[in-house]
Amino acid sequence: MLENPIKPHACEILDILPQTETEWTFRVANDRPVRHGQFMQLSLPRIGEAPISASGFGSGYVDFTIRKVGKVTDGLFSLQKGDSIFLRGCYGNGWPLERFRNKHVVIIAGGTGVSAVKSLVDMMYNDQSYAKDLHLIFGFKNTCSVLFSDDLLRWKNAASFHATYTLDAEEAEGWQKGLVTDFLGSIPFASFGGDYECIVVGPPIMMKFTGLGLLTSGVPEDHIWMSFERKMSCAIGKCGHCRIDETYVCLDGPVFNYTIGRSLVD
Amino acid sequence: MENTSTYHLQADELDALFAHLEEQYLVYAPVRIPSGGRYAQTDSVLYRPVHRYEDIEYRERSTYPMKEVLTPITQTLFYFTEDQYQESKPPAKDLLIFGRACDINAIRIQDQIYLLNGGVEDPFYKRVRDRAKFVLMECAQQFEGCFCCSVGANVTDMHAMAFSFGERDAQIEVSDEAFRDYFSQAKPSDYSIRFPEENELKVNYPVIDRMDMANRLKDHPMWREFDDRCIACGSCTVACSTCTCFESTDIVYTQNAHIGERRRTCSSCMVGGFDQMAGGQCFRNKTSEKYRYKILHKVYGHDARFHTGPMCVGCGRCSARCPELISYPATLNKLSRAIEEIQPEEVAHHA
Repeated sequence: MLENPIKPHACEILDILPQTETEWTFRVANDRPVRHGQFMQLSLPRIGEAPISASGFGSGYVDFTIRKVGKVTDGLFSLQKGDSIFLRGCYGNGWPLERFRNKHVVIIAGGTGVSAVKSLVDMMYNDQSYAKDLHLIFGFKNTCSVLFSDDLLRWKNAASFHATYTLDAEEAEGWQKGLVTDFLGSIPFASFGGDYECIVVGPPIMMKFTGLGLLTSGVPEDHIWMSFERKMSCAIGKCGHCRIDETYVCLDGPVFNYTIGRSLVD
Repeated sequence: MENTSTYHLQADELDALFAHLEEQYLVYAPVRIPSGGRYAQTDSVLYRPVHRYEDIEYRERSTYPMKEVLTPITQTLFYFTEDQYQESKPPAKDLLIFGRACDINAIRIQDQIYLLNGGVEDPFYKRVRDRAKFVLMECAQQFEGCFCCSVGANVTDMHAMAFSFGERDAQIEVSDEAFRDYFSQAKPSDYSIRFPEENELKVNYPVIDRMDMANRLKDHPMWREFDDRCIACGSCTVACSTCTCFESTDIVYTQNAHIGERRRTCSSCMVGGFDQMAGGQCFRNKTSEKYRYKILHKVYGHDARFHTGPMCVGCGRCSARCPELISYPATLNKLSRAIEEIQPEEVAHHA
């Protein structure tokens, strides 16, 4: 048998970086190529597999930022540095990077959705000439659920970045209070001369209303990109869990242009 | 069919044939399981390895479809330790599987998902499928709810041999050269295997050729009744010849929780949890939404991806197994009417 595409490989946990009390970043040894916006199938001990976005990657490692959600992830959160975790992938199309080059880029992300754009934001941070500028609206439920605090601060201070950080229902210094959709009006779309792209990622309800909000702001549908999260048992188009009509999120996504994504009704 | 030969074999010759076939093949066919049915003192007819001609139950439709030989309800994919995953063993022999025209046509749909979709072959399906050949079971009579002729699944040429069953004899048409030698001493016959030409039940299988129609149908009130009628048990999926969805689940051994098996188990979009993500969120919470999703996949989603028509072979097993007596053909007819309702509205809208 040729290499079995669903056979997982043991990879060493290089580091565990707690983001919040319930969300940790697992840095795992990896030599396989990863693109921004792709995901891997992670074996959750005693449960099975789940698709997890690569929240970061570099030479010899890939990061996964995972929320502790009860028994599904209990086994994972009892692992320690030096232990092994089973992986396969990467899967999915990832973000269409060439569409973003030399444009104004707007990224609106909510909660763990920030994980799916973190490596992309970092790429644009490390090469600030990649895009004309970057407008971020990142929202979290409250201060306890904020991910990547150090990175948020770093990005906020970048010369070509315009960052708005929001908390749904809590007031805190450096944070706006409200939903991400409340702040879409602060993005100077009119000044972009049509030369921009928008990225939206977060919980389904947040993506729905952000998409509608962007349309109201006059953003053409084909300038909006979304990443879909769905249950997947296989990630190779067999198990059926991520199917929406003729679309398989694992094969055709998880990133969709809004012209397609808006018609995908589960 | 070209290059076929037909032979007439008596009971003793048939037993000799099966013994001969078993040297190379694991032969699977429907067999009667006495008292194995859903209710007391009822039987079931399930796919099992057979050793003699008389083991085969040909008078009745099998309770579950032929797919269970290729994709069992549960199978172990891997054995794992702390360090590695090891593939389970492939079958020891080639497979020879008896099935009706509908059953064999359903394999084309299984192949589309497991071998073609996304350009990735599923290794656990492929290792069985590559070693499988099919034997057509002639349908001398039809069963309640059969509608293969309405979906074009009544005829096939994917079989290596075809059997017309008698009590103590059989007519056997051989189309695959690899089986010719088994019949070198057999008595030739001029019998022609027949395919069903017309079913008592006729279904106007709906055609949805665009996504906006599918999306409009998702909001149609026709689905609401299933919140009350359907219990979301998934029996229809397990009984379906063409459903392919599965779940991967790890089980660990009680003596050592770091060692265990990764299993693939038949799953159903009708069952709660099918679309549930790790955080607990679901997309289809109501039973009517689950049923709508299943039906529109069969009518629209699969065809929109593969362009090969209905994801259905009209075998009738889903309705036969439904404990709530929900008729899939009746649902299809309702869906056809819903499409007809929407179309004039659209014509008027665009006028």
